[in-house]
Amino acid sequence: MSSDTVRQPAAPSSLRLVMTLAIAGLVSGIAIIGIYESTLPTITANKARELREAVFKVLPGVSRMQALVYRDGRIMVVPAPEKDEPVVYGGYDEQGDFVGYAMPGAGPGFQDTIALLYGYLPSRKQVVGMEILESRETPGLGDKIYKDAEFVAEFGALSVEPEIVTVKKGTSTQDNHVDAITGATISSKAVVRIINETHVAWAEQLPSPGTEPPFAGEPADSGTGQ
Amino acid sequence: MKKNESYEEFVKGIWRDNPVFVQVLGMCPMLAVTNSAINAIAMGGATLFVLVGSSFLVSLFRHVIPKQVRISCFIIIIATFVTIADYTLLALVPKVHKELGAFIPLIVANCLILGRQEAFASRYPTRLAVMDAVGMSAGFLLALFSLGAVREILGDGALFGIRIFGENFEPWIVMILPPGGFLTLGVILLFFNWFKYKKDEFLADVAEAERSGS
Repeated sequence: MSSDTVRQPAAPSSLRLVMTLAIAGLVSGIAIIGIYESTLPTITANKARELREAVFKVLPGVSRMQALVYRDGRIMVVPAPEKDEPVVYGGYDEQGDFVGYAMPGAGPGFQDTIALLYGYLPSRKQVVGMEILESRETPGLGDKIYKDAEFVAEFGALSVEPEIVTVKKGTSTQDNHVDAITGATISSKAVVRIINETHVAWAEQLPSPGTEPPFAGEPADSGTGQ
Repeated sequence: MKKNESYEEFVKGIWRDNPVFVQVLGMCPMLAVTNSAINAIAMGGATLFVLVGSSFLVSLFRHVIPKQVRISCFIIIIATFVTIADYTLLALVPKVHKELGAFIPLIVANCLILGRQEAFASRYPTRLAVMDAVGMSAGFLLALFSLGAVREILGDGALFGIRIFGENFEPWIVMILPPGGFLTLGVILLFFNWFKYKKDEFLADVAEAERSGS
């Protein structure tokens, strides 16, 4: 090394650099696993509670629920549905008698996927309640699909035969008509389309009215319900 | 004297060097999540947690971390705190978490946080670094809140979800849409620059008067 080169402070060895990053990564990984493990029970419980509340909301008079899936050509009760397996929720009253299904559906909205749950009474072929679970519709316009009580009330007694139709606000005449929200026609239509599509997808799989699986018993930890 | 020093580091973030209104940093969450006061507070709180935690650790290990890998180390530290904040919010306030959506993980990319590590925490003792971080986050939170409050009041007629105008109030929906963020921020920045201009003018006048007086 010639004498006129400016003396740089000694560069740390590559090993030191690698070790620093490795240790930082390791500590960070442990911290993340720790927080994941410690919050997981609360997060799971929150999700389960939200779902129960939504099911009870869309099916008036229901106080118990169980998950139902379609396997081997019939609807059956399962304690824990597999991931990504389509599920509907059976709602039962205080005596354990079947009331209706709470059907989850999802599809494209105006900005992003809309996920919703609707209550369906197979004996009357009617939708009796609708709750938006997830949406990113425009604040002030599209978000009226869950903020506008009038629109949500449209789904209180809605015939699904032949199918639900969205009409211009104030022109609803049939019991399968839904008044669209002014300024949020696309979001309104999306909600109706999701319900129609979900209904068609399940129509063949649901048992004929009166032969729904009986209530299999309350899971031990969920109490009596409200 | 020592006390004044840390007080100074705390206060500068709130007013003189306010990260949003003066340094114009962290614009992305600033515009995206300030459509209601509660979202703004949650975002500000999460940023405060991440910034204070990272500044503390970065300052504590400033002699250990080699210069060549410092940015990677800062990012690892910041990302860890962001993940902790993300899961904690999801567990404690799922509704707010849902509203903030992708912007919680994106705190990692907030240039305000990395900027404070590089410019301050990695060069100063822990006590000052923490004071600086608290001050900057408080300034950020105040800025988010003032934007969020204005936008919620005008765009929804409410503050924290409580109606403050009568039934006849017609909400300015544009204020809770993205353009409302730009409009509000523009007006506030205008005020800050006007204030700074007036202050400079005033100081110049004072200096002038002093010179002619002596």
